[in-house]
Order: sequence, then structure tokens, then C-alpha cells
Amino acid sequence: MNHAIIEVINLKKDFFVGDVTVRALKGINIQIREGEFVAIMGASGSGKSTMLNILGCLDKPSSGEYKLDGISVSELNRNELAELRNKKLGFVFQSYNLLSRTSALENVELPLFYNSKVKARERKERAIAALESVGLADRMHHMPNQLSGGQQQRVAIARSLVNDPVVILADEATGNLDSRTSYEIMELFQRLNTDKGKTIVFVTHEPDIARLTSRNIIFRDGLVVKEQMVEDRLSAADMLKSLPLGDHEI
Amino acid sequence: MNYSNLLKIAKNALMRNKFRAFLTMLGIIIGVASVIATLAIGQGSKKSIQDQMSSMGSNLVFIMPGSQQRGGVMMGNSGSQTLKLEDVTAIQQQCPDITAVSPEVRSNGQAVFGNQNWPTTMFGANALYIGIKKLEIESGRIFTDKEITSLAKVCVIGKTVITNIFPKGTDPIGQTIRFKNIPMTIIGVLSEKGDNSFGQDQDDIMIAPYTTVQRRFLAIDYITGIFTSAISEDRTTEAIDELTTTMRKQHKINKPTDDDFRVMSQSELVKTFTSISDILTMLLGAISVISLLVGGIGIMNIMYVSVTERTREIGLRMSIGGKGQDILMQFLIESTMLSVSGGVFGIMLGYLISAMVGSLMGWPVVITTQSVVLAFLVCSAIGIFFGWYPAKKAASLNPIDALRYE
Repeated sequence: MNHAIIEVINLKKDFFVGDVTVRALKGINIQIREGEFVAIMGASGSGKSTMLNILGCLDKPSSGEYKLDGISVSELNRNELAELRNKKLGFVFQSYNLLSRTSALENVELPLFYNSKVKARERKERAIAALESVGLADRMHHMPNQLSGGQQQRVAIARSLVNDPVVILADEATGNLDSRTSYEIMELFQRLNTDKGKTIVFVTHEPDIARLTSRNIIFRDGLVVKEQMVEDRLSAADMLKSLPLGDHEI
Repeated sequence: MNYSNLLKIAKNALMRNKFRAFLTMLGIIIGVASVIATLAIGQGSKKSIQDQMSSMGSNLVFIMPGSQQRGGVMMGNSGSQTLKLEDVTAIQQQCPDITAVSPEVRSNGQAVFGNQNWPTTMFGANALYIGIKKLEIESGRIFTDKEITSLAKVCVIGKTVITNIFPKGTDPIGQTIRFKNIPMTIIGVLSEKGDNSFGQDQDDIMIAPYTTVQRRFLAIDYITGIFTSAISEDRTTEAIDELTTTMRKQHKINKPTDDDFRVMSQSELVKTFTSISDILTMLLGAISVISLLVGGIGIMNIMYVSVTERTREIGLRMSIGGKGQDILMQFLIESTMLSVSGGVFGIMLGYLISAMVGSLMGWPVVITTQSVVLAFLVCSAIGIFFGWYPAKKAASLNPIDALRYE
């Protein structure tokens, strides 16, 4: 069995809104092992976004423990968290969050700019390699507004890969895309997971997207209510074939 | 975080919005250019005054008659007859910081040659007068001591008088002109000096032995001024003291309020005039510094708006590993880059404006290194100062809120 990349033990998160305490997470225990492709599901308000923020080291738990790749995150300060994000995490957002008027290549290079150990030459090489792995080698000098939504998300995925993270955190990464493009993106994620062994945590509320992953964790009201392995895991590539032709192929 | 990365990040961020960057810089450009140009004009006029004054002799110290009491009645300055030739002799003997002394008497009248005539001033002096007033003999000679004692009817003559009474091409030396109906032989010609800073023609002049002017033209035994040279410009203060002491002793004056003479120096006049131009320069400079300040506020404004507008970008940068201080530095570098490159363009524009003012309006302009350095430092400081607050704001954003910002 592969070692655990993410270990969450009895994690709680409270928010204070005026006098009211909102208990967003009420004691979460999760373990995610290397090479897993996990979908975190749940309705809005279930605490999955809060969970993702904590997993992404953007927020700190109120109590409980979170170990990322063996490092206890709860004890780190703001700068150490930033460094952890830079070295160990890759983010993919629903709305891509690419820098406008900035070429795909430069967007992908961005995380490496914040890593002083990576020299300019290596930065570029790694960014090109990441763009190749998402199939956008021929678009690297295009600006985001010259790319389709799917392509922009691919650039964002390349950006999340470029620092060779231990885990990629995707937050509704297909939420802004039509179903065909969604499957294309999911196919890419599946490929990264199976071919390159990338650990992926994918937050979604779409059940059919969740069926493309290897394990589903379902949140409700700040608790994990269900954890299940996906028995009949689907291949996004097969799904694509079964779809009617998309607009952009006509 | 390494700074070359930060520089590149900041540069890229600015290049993404070239036109806005330019508009932001415009305030600084205009501010710096106006600082440079006003200082250049100010310095130019100051320098031209100084040049003019020192061309008249910066170590020149002169004594003019002062008001005098006669039986309780105050007499004006101009009618004063208090300065005597004995004073000149006493100064020669008693003032170690004075190298040359000459009496001066003036007589206004028409210089006549053939059928031409010209109103001018005949100055009576000794041979040292030329050196004291920084005049030069272009051709011919100055009069001798013997000519002074003998009240010789000789004179040296300025260019303006020559052009007005002699036909073109005439060599004036050896010619005899008439001044107040007395024939005067020209023995020397003064080289041209042009107008002084008050617009007076310094070539409209004739110089004769003071004895000649005193006796033959004016029939007086007093003199209207004493002109002296101090050893150097730095010693003029001492020279003034010595002259004052000597004059008081000569005139038997005990109280300074009783002085019947005034000692003045060219360097004091220079100071007066340059201080006027300094005040003007400061005034103009202050106005342009205000415009520089407004430019700085423009930068702050844009940076502030840009922090809000780029909240998501900041959130993204934080989520991929940008630390608070990285974000701070990025925005600080951006604002500094804006103001520094604005400063560079401003300096260039300032040079251009100065050159245009110089050539189109004929004003003297001098761009000093200090003014350029000053303008540059001020605008860099403005960039850092006004960039600080927005940068601090950007750095203190919470990455989660920033990422979700709509």
C-alpha cells in the first residue's frame, strides 16, 4: 500500500460571524494515499470548500491534525504555508484563474517564479514540458483570451503540474465547461493519475464526474457521511466516444 | 525570494497594461520635467547675472558720496561733495586688502566729430580705472601719469561712441573730437563689452584723466566716486571694513550714522540680484514639486485601484506560493518602476523643454547635475512612499477571500 499523502485526524473548523459560531467542519478523518484520485462531493454548505481550503494550506484548522506528505501543517506560519503550497501543491480552479494578457507559457511558469531555486532556463523547460503533457505545446505563446475554456483549463492544469506537486487539488475544475470539454479535462486528469501516478483530490458536486475518479468522499453538514471506492469506474475517453459530436468538431 | 524574479514579475505585470502604465507615469513625467525645466531656467538666469556681474569685476568695491548734514540741513546723496582726492591717497596708503584705487568723476555731454555728434559720458579716472572696471584697451594706450598731472586733453573711447560719430573704417586713434567744445585726442580704443544686466550700454563711454575732467569740464575739486579692487572676491568684506575705517578717519567721523559716504561692493550687488532669482526659482520649484506630488498621488491612486482590480490575481499568486512579502515587493517594485521610468522620461522631457526655452525664447538655461539627481531621487522616493500603502494592502489580503473575490 502506498503511503498517505494526506492525513486528516479529527479536524474541526469554526468560523466566527459576529456572535455566531459557524461550525463548518465537525471532526473530519480522511486519509488519501499516493496515486489516488479522490472526489470530494457534497452539496453547497456541506463543508467541502472549507475542507479544500485547509487541504490546500490556504486556511488553518481550528483543531485537529492535518499532515501533508508527513508535514504537520497546523504548526506552520503564513510564510511556511506559502512555501508548502509552492513546493507540494497544485491548484486547479473552476474559473481557471489565468493571468490575462499573459502567454500560456508564462502562466505556467508562474509558480516557479516564486521558487528561487529554479533558474530561468529550467523554469522555461519545465513549463514547456508541462504544456506538452496537457497537449498544448503548440499554443504556448497564445494569450488566455485566444484560447477556449477547455484549453484555458488545460493551461491551468499545466500550471498545477509544473512544480511537480505531491497532490493536485481541483476545485470544481469542470464546473464552467460543457460536458464534452468536461470529459476531455477529466480524461486528462485520469491520464495524469494513471500514467504519471499523480495524486488528485477533486471537489465536485456532479455525480457523473465523481464516477470517473477512484474513490468518493461525501460531505454533509461538516461531516464525512460516506466514503466509497468507485466500483464501476468509468473511463473519460470512453465517455467521450459515446457523446454526440460537440459543436467545436462540426 | 529572488529579486530578479520579482523584477520580472513586476515588469510583466506593468507590460500587461502599457497604456495605463504610461498614463500613470504621465504625472511623474510632467512633474519631473517641470522641476528640471524651472530649475534650469532659474539657474540659467542666476548664472547669467553672476557672469554679468563678475564681468564688471567681482572684486570691485566702490565708494559713493553719502548724505551729509550742513548746519542741520540734510543734503541729498547726489549733490554731495564729500569725496576728495586725499581720500584716494589715504586708501592707497592704508588699505592692505585694496590693490588698486581710482577716483571717478563724470561729465555728460555731446561728443562731436565732423558733422556727427553723440551724447555720452566722459569718465575721469586714473590709469588703474580700466583694470578695476575690467575694461580692456583694444588698441592704442591708456594715459600716463604725466598726462594726468598736465591735465592733458587725451581720452580712450568706447565702441558705441566710435560707431556713432566716426565714418566707417576710420581709425579713431590720433583723431581729435570735441567734447563740450574742448578738443580731445583719442589715444586708445576700449574693446567691446556689450550691455550689462540692467540694459546699460557699457561701450557708450569715454575715459580721460580725472584732472582733465575735473578742471576742464566740471571746474570742481571733489570727486563723485572712488573705485577700488579688493585683492580677491573673498576678501571684499575685509576690504569694505578697511575702506570704511580709512574714510571715517579721513572725514573725522565717530558715529556710523554720520557717514557721509557709502561703501558698496559688486559681490553684494550680485548677492542681491541672485537672491531675487533664487526666490523666483524656489517659487517655481515649489510649484513643480507640487505637480510631482500630484503625480505621486496619481500613482497611489492607480496602484490602489489596481490592487482591488487584481485581487484575484493576488489570490492566485498566493495560492501558488507567493508570500505576503513577495506580493508587497511586487507592488512596491511596480510603483517604483512607474515612478523611476516616469522620472527618466521626465528628465528627458525636462532637457527638451529647457533646450526649447533656451533656443526659442533666448533665455539662459543651465541644467545642473544636482537638479537632475534631486528630481530623480524625489520621484523614486515618491514611488516607494505612495506605493507602500496599496502594496501593504495587497500583501495583507487573505488568499481565500482574494481567490473568491468577484
